[in-house]
Amino acid sequence: MATYTLTINGRPTEVTADPGTPLLWVLREGLKMTGTKYGCGIAACGACTVHVGGVPTRSCVLPVSVVGSRPIVTIEAIGTDRVGRAVQDAWVSTDVVQCGYCQSGQIMTAVALLRIVSKPTDSQIEQSMGGNICRCGTYVRIRAAIKKAAQRLG
Amino acid sequence: MTGRQNVAVLAAWIGMTVVGVRVVEAQSNRADGLAAWKQVYSVLTHPRCVNCHTATAYPQQGEDRHVHSFNVVRGRAGFGVPAFTCATCHQQVNADTTGVPGAPGWHLAPLSMQWQDLSDRILPSSAVCKAVTDRSKNHNLDGAGLLKHHEEEPLVRWAFTPGRRADGTSRSVPPLSHTAFVDATRTWVNAGMPCQAP
Repeated sequence: MATYTLTINGRPTEVTADPGTPLLWVLREGLKMTGTKYGCGIAACGACTVHVGGVPTRSCVLPVSVVGSRPIVTIEAIGTDRVGRAVQDAWVSTDVVQCGYCQSGQIMTAVALLRIVSKPTDSQIEQSMGGNICRCGTYVRIRAAIKKAAQRLG
Repeated sequence: MTGRQNVAVLAAWIGMTVVGVRVVEAQSNRADGLAAWKQVYSVLTHPRCVNCHTATAYPQQGEDRHVHSFNVVRGRAGFGVPAFTCATCHQQVNADTTGVPGAPGWHLAPLSMQWQDLSDRILPSSAVCKAVTDRSKNHNLDGAGLLKHHEEEPLVRWAFTPGRRADGTSRSVPPLSHTAFVDATRTWVNAGMPCQAP
């Protein structure tokens, strides 16, 4: 076991864990931050996506020892950011969610996309969101919500 | 023969001998270079290298070089696409507890450095050699630059310490050690980077 000071949603947070423990389990089990979901555990579905140093990252395959000083942002805090707020509002007004399990990961990736590409095309959305899987098949609404958020952000 | 003629004959004989020695040396040098290239090629065409030196719009993975899972795409610069880059999973180091390989700057080689054809067959030695030595395709690297690339590039070095899969088994490594690979590259570069005829 080792102790790490992680910056999570702007707060320095001390955690004790085995160095190989995936960040997802530190968040969910250690810190009880359950907004980030466990889907597949092998980076195949994107449900566990958080931002690490601003990069959308699959927390289920990221050992806590590798995080270092990079700040972590999770779904719990993404709404405090202008782009994050716009995406969440668009998600609600478009009624994107069906079961909702994958949606925190979808939103984290969508926010990162809109920060880089302000007006993404259908093809850009499909490629960038391609690693986030939705078993309910809400892809059409996800795409519409991203476009709506992009429009709102101007 | 006069004394002057004797000197001329002797000079001609010495000259021919020197030229002959040089020709033999050059042939031997080229042979050594080609032998060294054969070793280099055996590394370049190992899955640890070819999986990112693809001819495709996506990386490959595994010993069988299958299409990379998770809808991963090459993107414009070989680092994936916005919000879905290689760094979404691949960190600066191997993550052996979760089975994700990692090294600084994880990305695909440019399409100009593809070492397979569109049918997923490894290109022959002559074609790979031609591409590697073509400065319009290889980021303008001369021999010293290629040697440095093989010696220092983190992704090249990673191929020799590729870490473990999620099930705990080790990924296979190229047939040479990194030191032997660099030595073979040096021999090939010093021999003038010869390529076998197609």
